[in-house]
Amino acid sequence: MIRSLVYILVFPGLLFLSVSGMFFEYVDRKLYAKFQNRVGPPWFQPFADFVKLLAKETIIPEKAEKGMFKSLPFFALAAIVTSFMYIPIWGTNALFSFNGDVIVVLYLLSIPTITFFLAGYSSQSLFSLVGAVRTLTQFFAYEVPLFLTILSAALLAGTWSISEMVVFYNQHNWFWLFNLLGFGVSIIALLGKLEKVPFDIPEAETEVVGGTFTEYSGKLLAFFRLTIDVEVVVCSGLLAAVFLPFGMNLGPVIGFALFILKVLSIVVLLSLMRSIFARLRIDQMVNFCWKYIAPLSFLQLIINIIAQGIIK
Amino acid sequence: MDRVVIPIGPQHPALKEPESFRVTLEGEKIKEVSLRLGYNHRGIEKACEARTYMQNIYLLERVCGICSHSHSTCYVQAVEDLAGVEVPKRALYIRTIVGELERLHSHLLWLGVAGHEIGFDTLFMYSWRDREIVMDLFAKITGNRVNYGINTIGGVRRDISKEDQKEILIAVDKLEERTKYYIKVATQEVTLIKRLSNVGKLSHADIESFGAVGPVARASGVDRDIRRDDPYAAYDEISFKVITDNNEDVYGRTLVRVGELMESYSIIRQAIKNMPDGPITVKVPRKIPEGESISRYEAPRGEDVHYVKSNGSDIPERVKLRAPTLANIKAVLKMLENYNLADLPIIVAAIDPCFSCTDRAISITKLDTGRSEIMDWKSLREYSIEWYKKRGIRF
Repeated sequence: MIRSLVYILVFPGLLFLSVSGMFFEYVDRKLYAKFQNRVGPPWFQPFADFVKLLAKETIIPEKAEKGMFKSLPFFALAAIVTSFMYIPIWGTNALFSFNGDVIVVLYLLSIPTITFFLAGYSSQSLFSLVGAVRTLTQFFAYEVPLFLTILSAALLAGTWSISEMVVFYNQHNWFWLFNLLGFGVSIIALLGKLEKVPFDIPEAETEVVGGTFTEYSGKLLAFFRLTIDVEVVVCSGLLAAVFLPFGMNLGPVIGFALFILKVLSIVVLLSLMRSIFARLRIDQMVNFCWKYIAPLSFLQLIINIIAQGIIK
Repeated sequence: MDRVVIPIGPQHPALKEPESFRVTLEGEKIKEVSLRLGYNHRGIEKACEARTYMQNIYLLERVCGICSHSHSTCYVQAVEDLAGVEVPKRALYIRTIVGELERLHSHLLWLGVAGHEIGFDTLFMYSWRDREIVMDLFAKITGNRVNYGINTIGGVRRDISKEDQKEILIAVDKLEERTKYYIKVATQEVTLIKRLSNVGKLSHADIESFGAVGPVARASGVDRDIRRDDPYAAYDEISFKVITDNNEDVYGRTLVRVGELMESYSIIRQAIKNMPDGPITVKVPRKIPEGESISRYEAPRGEDVHYVKSNGSDIPERVKLRAPTLANIKAVLKMLENYNLADLPIIVAAIDPCFSCTDRAISITKLDTGRSEIMDWKSLREYSIEWYKKRGIRF
């Protein structure tokens, strides 16, 4: 019982995820600043922002559905922290695993996006509403390619459990190279999931102010922002486990260092992408995803089906 | 989806100054826009009637922080025309150089703002960093980064020395190199082109009927530039091309502005090369003879017009100005129709709006009766005091 509580609240749960989430936010902001020829924030800035937001007044709009409005940030955070329990970090095995956990993780990862939509919807403000609709529209565009690429990696491994997938890819050393196309596709889908440029359409500040979060302030906003930070770690961790599974059987210390390195490289890739592109329009984004990204993910599926046929 | 009315402004992150667009949306499509100006009215024209001609230069320079030299030059030209003075050649060349430097920093600023509006913050940071070169140059040659205070009636107040000329040339070389890079970005970067082309279209005929000016007009193929059509300062002795484009959209406006940057470099180089020696100012009597005059100036944002009426004293009887934004703002409403909400910031930004330049009078529309009336300063002041008194605030 106490062991499980420590897992959930301290390591690798809430506390570890919050600290690493803020660390990666710092890395992202610093790199983004460097790419733009700016100085960038000091290392404690994300934490300082969080503390400051906690101290601010929380304003709840009169028209909003109060219960929903208040509970949504915690729903999002809980879902994302739970999903991390099924992702292997320092070894080939996650804390908990069962056959089919890859589906559970993918669905748990969708919950924050749904809460963003509900948050915008329950705020009853025009800007939030437009942001909420955009969140959902974007969701349908990137979710299918993301699911397909991760599931096609699972198909090659012949299992529906992330831990067993990692075991498989570590036994068959170079098989992860089959999934490189899928890795590229899922990075692009991840940009959409994390709402980063060029897909930061739901919170485009010059168009819809704060998007879904327009009416959020104080503690509630602080937890939403924490959720987004944690989402970066969890999603990057998932991609690292599925697409870059090498070196996971070298013991906990090296495994953990490799995990941090892999997540770091994905974060660097994301901040590079967001500094070299302009924001797309929502229709352009949906077009792009269905015209290019979805077919590519189908191609990955076909490649893996053929590859599996040859192996067996 | 039902129609929703979204208020963009008076306070909105896309707008750098307060003004109000009420946008009626059908889904993401803009169906109707109504515009309300007047949040920035400062009563400058009226204030001009209480100050001497000399004091007005400094007041009018503060109409706009970006095109301050445009407004002061335009006004000074009208007054010089009334007084009938011949401005020394060297002063005209200095005005040209400062005017073109102003165009540089205005267009670089615009490029950054445009980048920001489409979520391309890297471009924003880059072009504003390069803009600092011009700003530092201004601090060196005029003493100020904005509101240079270089114009005076009958000439300019400061000379540009040989060392300053060298520094200007070095800065221009550096900026030219950077601008070539921006041209490359603008013509090759895919997301940028996707966001800008076929957005905010305005045909040649529409430009004529709305009377749009400046880069907005030139991007729709209207070959009109006051610098060439009605030369002032030293432009009649300098050869330059008027940049036009036939894209008719925001992308065209970007290309026109970047192209104008390249022309400005050549103008500055020619002006420095041909600058004659001699005095920089002539004495003009304080009292300006009776009469009226109109002066035109090609500001970075388009044609700026000043009208000055004199009654023979040292205070003007009437000063009227029409900033380029006022000429372009009606066209914006047409440009916005049937585009996406996502395009609104860049379409509005594409005219390089400056609302504090534009606001001239306050018209109040009563929402219940739909009647509209013009309120003057005194009654507005009384109204506001009464309004707050009713709510228990006394002062």
